[in-house]
Amino acid sequence: MAAPRSFVWSRRIFLTLLTGFVLLPVYVMVSSSLKPLEDVSSEFRWMPSGLTIRPYFDIWETVPLAKYFVNSLVVAGAATVCSVVIAIFAAYAVSRYRFRGKRLFTVSVLSTQMFPGILFLLPLFLIFVNIGNTTGVALFGSRGGLILTYLTFSLPFSIWMLIGYFDSVPRELDEAALVDGCGPLKALFRVVVPAAIPGIVAVAVYAFMTAWGEVLFASVMTNDTTRTLAVGLQGYSTQNDVYWNQIMAASLVVSVPVVAGFLLLQRYLVTGLTAGSVK
Amino acid sequence: MNTTAVPATGEPAVGKNSPGAARGPRRPGRTRRTALPYLLLLPALLLEILIHLLPIVIGVAMSFKELTQFYLRDWGAAPWRGLDNFRFAVDFDTPAGESLLRSFTTTCLFTVLSVGLCWLLGTAAAVFMQETFRGRGFLRALFLVPYALPVYAAVITWSFMFQRDNGLINHVLHDQLGLTDSPSFWLIGDNSFWALLIVSVWKGWPFAFLIVMAGLQNIPKELYEAGALDGAGVWQQIRKITLPSLRSVNQVLVLVLFLWTFNDFNTPFVLFGKSAPEAADLISIHIYQSSFATWNFGAGAAMSVLLLLFLLLVTGVHLFFTSRGRKATDA
Repeated sequence: MAAPRSFVWSRRIFLTLLTGFVLLPVYVMVSSSLKPLEDVSSEFRWMPSGLTIRPYFDIWETVPLAKYFVNSLVVAGAATVCSVVIAIFAAYAVSRYRFRGKRLFTVSVLSTQMFPGILFLLPLFLIFVNIGNTTGVALFGSRGGLILTYLTFSLPFSIWMLIGYFDSVPRELDEAALVDGCGPLKALFRVVVPAAIPGIVAVAVYAFMTAWGEVLFASVMTNDTTRTLAVGLQGYSTQNDVYWNQIMAASLVVSVPVVAGFLLLQRYLVTGLTAGSVK
Repeated sequence: MNTTAVPATGEPAVGKNSPGAARGPRRPGRTRRTALPYLLLLPALLLEILIHLLPIVIGVAMSFKELTQFYLRDWGAAPWRGLDNFRFAVDFDTPAGESLLRSFTTTCLFTVLSVGLCWLLGTAAAVFMQETFRGRGFLRALFLVPYALPVYAAVITWSFMFQRDNGLINHVLHDQLGLTDSPSFWLIGDNSFWALLIVSVWKGWPFAFLIVMAGLQNIPKELYEAGALDGAGVWQQIRKITLPSLRSVNQVLVLVLFLWTFNDFNTPFVLFGKSAPEAADLISIHIYQSSFATWNFGAGAAMSVLLLLFLLLVTGVHLFFTSRGRKATDA
């Protein structure tokens, strides 16, 4: 039915204001990344006095951005793969089997999601330091240690979401496979996983995004060689100058891959959320 | 797809044992049937123990110890302090206790405002965009950009906009609109609370939008058709059909938003650095600062434990009130 004028106008006004709010920082990020340093150091201007792409070259020199990029990619990628793979097994067990302790398991997984990261930071910090002292395995400051800490938030989320997705895959599908003589693992990987691909993609995207944007663990658990982008971006402020144009250029460069990936896959995320968490 | 061959691994076909599914006479071996889910869970269980259970146990143990930098190398040797760390944390007559209380109330106020605004913006946008119009797909993607941007990239941009001398906010408020007598400070002093709130809402509302949009897809079209037949206009349909149908979605959404906002560390940390101004000293930053700046890990752990108890309480109360009238879903 045709919407009344009051609705159409409210919608226009609201969505216009909201678009402005959303876009404002994006505009600042893009425009400032194309300004010379004098421009970003003095009074703000809507338009650059002279367009320059220099910041995009300088960002790689001022701080070892490429190294941080690789660190972030390795850490976020490994955390994502680990949590999704492990969560697939766990979620399949919870979704398809009855067993003693099932409720305890799901409730504990759910409840860890509400714990603040700071709660795990101090103990994990101590555990890593102690492991380093006693066994010589340097977890503290290593990529492996950081990946482990990232599992504290990506694993429970992945398990929880995948249970929802797997529940939405009709049981008849894998039951038929079992009747046909498939083992449970084969039924999982031949039937359930393919049917839940949108959900798995959504979970993976989400896990990657959170790891890519994580600041707390990254700022405590890394050293010069394992620093991720989250910490590395602070390197553009020196005692004398804050290279705002470079900060904005670097922010844009580190954002484009995740934003593009997210926008490409957001369809799955929305479908997944409908099928999974929100029922 | 269903005509797969016998598994090469040679595992015996384990029958499904979903509740009530009594298809076929096959009864798989009892031991097999009970062991398999545990085997599937094993990797997750081991990791959960390592990254969640163990740290929590250690965290609680830490909160009873005098854990300073001297004992970091061997924290087991740190002297036992009993409840002293807790007394230290909640003694509101001392600077430490007073600042914890202030940080806690600030966080509560901040969380209520941020969650409320995120919910409001997200719901309004989702409801307005429920029906198709030109540019809807584009807008939907655009609205998800704040959510997709890495926190540090987005928040650092906001911190640039809030700079006193070269930021956009003061340029607009002072230079262009002349609303303030002199350029204001946004990242120190009382304004910092509002600066943090704006950034938090900007970053958080798209999640509410996403969830509410997903929830809207589950409302049957027939409800609207019936409503239209009964002569309900768009506004009435929103009030009488859309919002009530979103109730269970909202219950989950508000809880998740609450926990995220309350525990948020990333946003204030990138906006303000290691120590936030008093007006915007959220609890996560406060605990971080108490632990790592003064190296008093015992007190930091005590604060963490208190925070955990508070969150458990809130979640428990929430679950108690929302699960009433809802059927128990799971075995």
